[in-house]
Amino acid sequence: MPDATGLELIARAVRAEVGDEAVVDTSYFREQATLEVAPARVHDVIAYLRDAEEPWDTLMSVHGCDYMPEEPRLGIHYELLAMDRVDRLRVKTRVGVDDPHVPTVVDVFAGANFHEREVYDMFGVHFDGHPDMRRLLMPEDYEGYPQRRDFPLGGEPVIFTFNEGKFPRWYD
Amino acid sequence: MEVTRTKVDDMRVRQLKAQQMLRGELAGKDLEEFVEERLLFTTLETAQNWARKNCLFPLGFGLACCAIEMITVIGSPRNDLARFGAEAIRFTPRQADLLILSGRVSIKMAPIIRRLYDQMLEPKWVIAMGACSSTAGMFSNYAVVQGADKFLPIDIYVPGCPPRPEALIYGIMKLQDKIMGTPDMGWRERYNAYGTEEKPETAIAPEAELA
Repeated sequence: MPDATGLELIARAVRAEVGDEAVVDTSYFREQATLEVAPARVHDVIAYLRDAEEPWDTLMSVHGCDYMPEEPRLGIHYELLAMDRVDRLRVKTRVGVDDPHVPTVVDVFAGANFHEREVYDMFGVHFDGHPDMRRLLMPEDYEGYPQRRDFPLGGEPVIFTFNEGKFPRWYD
Repeated sequence: MEVTRTKVDDMRVRQLKAQQMLRGELAGKDLEEFVEERLLFTTLETAQNWARKNCLFPLGFGLACCAIEMITVIGSPRNDLARFGAEAIRFTPRQADLLILSGRVSIKMAPIIRRLYDQMLEPKWVIAMGACSSTAGMFSNYAVVQGADKFLPIDIYVPGCPPRPEALIYGIMKLQDKIMGTPDMGWRERYNAYGTEEKPETAIAPEAELA
């Protein structure tokens, strides 16, 4: 992990190379460095970090998160790893829940393909420019994005003696 | 040895009798004795069911963690399902007649299982193995079918998470009983608990409990 100072240096370099508006925030919490970027500039930032002077050559994971009730609700995390330095950096972006769009990073890291499809499947974030933006895990005709916090949990109530009066029985 | 010699003699006598019977030389009391000794009368249905229950062909089909236990039952010599005539696994539904649902059934897998079931030849049986395929178990969520009996007729439910191999073997023996047309009540018979059924007048009314 880069320390807090190292993170600020990275943020400064990104601001200088990609654009001043690209970096929204930095946070250093429990020895984990997070660079929060604007959703429109994610692709540029990741592409810059991969080819930077101290490169982050591996994308370990892309995952989504729902921060309800915070706004904007959805977050997308990119976990970068520098194999030779054994160093990790998290790039994070936040998008609103209505019409979430983020540029894809598949052309930078080909391995992000299925990760982005999973985030689309579970959170409904559209990755612009993705070669194959379909659901990954749920059936094709599934409606809704099940990992969002406002999605109903599903399932059936289990009937025990304490709550058997509250639910209709199978023979009723 | 004396014992062996009497056995050999017996066999020789039976062979000679059979020979005489085929030649038509056996008559009267001898013929009646022979028939009584050699023939077994039953109905065609019973004989058919007996043959069916002793040559079950399970489909080689695993869904989740219960499949590990299912494989140890079907495939390993320790549990030796050949004792019950169900060890010949068929990897195509066209040749199988027993489907063991070993694991949770996700909603994406359900239509595939239904198609496999439809492709199996009649008569066919289904065992729901484990808590998940019976009632979804701990997966009370959006991704898992809440009990495989939502889309399949299921003959035997084997509880457990996962069931012990002995439990699955017991389930298969129950299925054999069912194929013979003699299903029993389950645990009431096992624990000799007849007469302990809850009577309608002693049951607590749901409204009374809510109040």
